[in-house]
Amino acid sequence: MTEKDHPLVRIRDLKVRFKGARDVFAVNGVSFDLPPGRVLGILGESGSGKSVTLKTLLRLLPEKRTDIGGVVEVEGRDVLALEGRALADHRGGVVSMIFQDPMLALDPVYTIGEQIAESVERHEGLDRKSAMKRALDMLERVRIPSPERRLKAYPHEISGGMRQRAMIALALACRPKLLLADEPTTALDATVQMQILLLLRELQKEFGMGVIFVTHDIGVAVEVCDEIAVMYAGEFVETGTVRDIIRNPKHPYTKGLLAANLHGAEKGHRLDAIPGAPPPLDVAPTSCSFAPRCAHATDRCRTAKPPAVALGPGRLVRCVLAEEGAAAA
Amino acid sequence: MSLFSPSAAVPVVPAERSPGYWSLVLRRLSRDKVAMIAFVVILALVLMAIFAPYIAPADPYKSSMLRRLRPIGTPGYPLGADELGRDMLSRLIHGARLSLMMGILPVFIAFGIGSVIGVAAGYIGGRFNALTMRTVDVFYAFPSVLLAIALSGALGAGIFSGLLSLTIVFIPPIARIAESVTTQVRKIDYVEAARASGASGFTIVRVHVLGNVLGPIFVYATSLISVSMILASGLSFLGLGVKPPEPEWGLMLNTLRNAIYVQPWVAALPGLMIFITSIAFNLLSDGLRSAMDIKA
Repeated sequence: MTEKDHPLVRIRDLKVRFKGARDVFAVNGVSFDLPPGRVLGILGESGSGKSVTLKTLLRLLPEKRTDIGGVVEVEGRDVLALEGRALADHRGGVVSMIFQDPMLALDPVYTIGEQIAESVERHEGLDRKSAMKRALDMLERVRIPSPERRLKAYPHEISGGMRQRAMIALALACRPKLLLADEPTTALDATVQMQILLLLRELQKEFGMGVIFVTHDIGVAVEVCDEIAVMYAGEFVETGTVRDIIRNPKHPYTKGLLAANLHGAEKGHRLDAIPGAPPPLDVAPTSCSFAPRCAHATDRCRTAKPPAVALGPGRLVRCVLAEEGAAAA
Repeated sequence: MSLFSPSAAVPVVPAERSPGYWSLVLRRLSRDKVAMIAFVVILALVLMAIFAPYIAPADPYKSSMLRRLRPIGTPGYPLGADELGRDMLSRLIHGARLSLMMGILPVFIAFGIGSVIGVAAGYIGGRFNALTMRTVDVFYAFPSVLLAIALSGALGAGIFSGLLSLTIVFIPPIARIAESVTTQVRKIDYVEAARASGASGFTIVRVHVLGNVLGPIFVYATSLISVSMILASGLSFLGLGVKPPEPEWGLMLNTLRNAIYVQPWVAALPGLMIFITSIAFNLLSDGLRSAMDIKA
């Protein structure tokens, strides 16, 4: 098996449904490939299924209450079939994750060093001393000042930005092939946000890993990603390179997101927010989920799901408008 | 509080620069004047109990019919004599042994058992949680005094049955606190982060859940020590716990109650000891609670 045979991540028609008093169709047919060493940004608003897609890759969703359908492969291995030891090796060893709020994601009763060492010991069978050495090395790599001291610091003793750096060090300590980032900069202030994004980008190149970066901030996505997938109501409505999405958005939702951005907004003008709210997902969508909020919606949008129109390699748009455009071209 | 260190479960690398969580808590506690006074009082009581035979001026069992109910300040009887002419001071000093044991031991055993039940129920959740916690609620439904009396009544009088019934009384409240704290901790990101980094369920409970829940449960348990002492005294008072002629504060209060009109001050002394001890434990527990409340 060479890397050419298998993309790092291969997801086909992923469907996730949460069972309960009210079912929630969180993800409704997502497919994508991520080659090694690339950064995919998943862009979408709250509840669009971005985090659920990420958690599926680590099998973090509560097993009893979720139905997962489709194919999820990392390096050619079927993630949904992993059990026991193999699953433990997969989590943290092959795929690892950083969270939105590093204050909550780091255990308050252990030092930074202990937490990194614990993970290294588990995956690489190192003794405490070498694991601590690795932890120190990782803190240096994420450019935490005076790392020897921070190694013995508790999470509440360091600043928010440094905590997120420590979280990144923890996630990368076992050299994962794939890093999942769940809005890692949302809880930070703007200047620190930028530093963390640059650091992530540098480390991604240094380690040559694939990254899936989930965010609701298009500015953040542009900064770190190679490709962007715009997610709405559990579906990818548009995918493409950063350039495609920014310069030439096809889907009305993507256009709306770009228009609602604060950058370039003029004083005294109202922001062009997208009217309405995302649909409730208690039934599987049978038509275009965005149609109720879309200014260009036609009867066709309201009766059947729009086709996924391929405009090029890795460039998909799920909209009837794009179909017309493609036919005309 | 060297009796308890939740981080003992995992090898902790000695920190040179940064103080650990528990040393930070202790430092904050040492700045709390009220808690430190309470701590000194408890320490004095514990030392008094340990060295009772060396401190007590007289034999606590030696009675004298001629010197019954002497007032405080009688020569040879600094705190008077009880209804059988035994030296009150010596009996109060010796009484600390049984009273403290009855106060602390049941709470510690219940802390162990209740934590296991509560953490298991909280972490496993679902039907197991419902089944366990509803069973615990059945015990919780009885007023604690009633439950303690009923249990030790059924088990027969004696120190052991007293300890056992008090332990059973304290398991439900501790299990409930443990369950609610665990349920909260289980949902925090670091538990998910630990799962995402491949930790097994056992490791997560041992390292991340226990490390975070034992502190709050322990603080709650310390606040029960005073309740336990009062309940134990109550049992002795009713003749269900310690049997005469053993010196125990609750029992002493019982046997002296007929003398309340003759020598009210002497009769009130065991009650005063119970009061001082339980309030000291309560204040220390309060201090510990606020010292542990470290927000980033």
